[in-house]
Amino acid sequence: MNKQNTHCRRALGAVAVIAVTTLGGCANTKAPDLYGWNGYEKNIDTYFRGDREALDSQAKLMESDLEKIRSAGKALPPGYRAHLGLLYGKQGDMARFKEHLESEKQLFPESETFIDFLLRKFNKN
Amino acid sequence: MKFSIKPWIAALAIIVLSGCATQKTPYDYTLLKESKPRSILVLPPLNQTPEVRASYSMLAQVTQPLSESGYYVFPVSLVDETFKENGVTEASDAHQLPVSKLREIFGADAGLYITMTQYGTVFRVLDSATTVTAETKLVDLKTGSTLWAGKATASSAEQQNQQQGGLAGLLIAAVVKQIIGSVTDQSHPMAGVTSQRLLKAGRVDGLLYGPRSPLYVPN
Repeated sequence: MNKQNTHCRRALGAVAVIAVTTLGGCANTKAPDLYGWNGYEKNIDTYFRGDREALDSQAKLMESDLEKIRSAGKALPPGYRAHLGLLYGKQGDMARFKEHLESEKQLFPESETFIDFLLRKFNKN
Repeated sequence: MKFSIKPWIAALAIIVLSGCATQKTPYDYTLLKESKPRSILVLPPLNQTPEVRASYSMLAQVTQPLSESGYYVFPVSLVDETFKENGVTEASDAHQLPVSKLREIFGADAGLYITMTQYGTVFRVLDSATTVTAETKLVDLKTGSTLWAGKATASSAEQQNQQQGGLAGLLIAAVVKQIIGSVTDQSHPMAGVTSQRLLKAGRVDGLLYGPRSPLYVPN
């Protein structure tokens, strides 16, 4: 009787282990995002639509998102600084345009050729 | 006369089992694995739909899935401005540029050429459906060869089709919830789902992870 009980318990234990492993597999915790996104893609859409919001308020929105992404300890996504730079450049603020483009290059060396191309053009004008 | 049932069972078994075995040939990733692109230049999408907004609605939503897949994505707005400032005002013109020229200006490893084939809502008596479909080709800008190609679609009609399930089902449910009440612009969030399905790495026959992702497989 006692022996049978132990067997039962062992079997139950095995079932529990299998259940946990199987169901744990289902839960499949998603890997955390590489970057903080906030409203970045929405901002790009606003920019492309052209008639939704003034460039100035688009830039302000991105600046405040930038602070939020930083304080959340997340990395800025590809293109974030470059797009912000473009918003300033379009308003004639070339110092900030340059500054943000340089930051993009620092964050993402993959962008070097393109950023240098833009900065060369900017220096010529 | 004796009727033997054995051959019939065997035949039936073969038919049934071969049905199970129908396996699609796996996608050939040889070129993509050889090329190992780190950075992707997304060109303004070609628009084959009657909706003017299709291209830029998509272009605004490609950065997230590609970046999270581990690639550097060139700033889509600045890339678009650069084309326009250099007289390339139409997506079709951009798609015609020699890859060597793109490589020279942008320094990108690969170019992503997207074509929008469906974008918008079809109104019917009982069920209106918003559908967005896009096709794409990832091209090596050093050699001009196609590294990977894919196609994806998303439709509001999927919510009625619950056996879809899985990640795709959840995505649609979320988007439908999000756009309920705003009849005006269902296509844009639907394009977002299409973009995720098309460009997020790790899907069947989908793009592979890039070097900035912890899931990147170097060889």
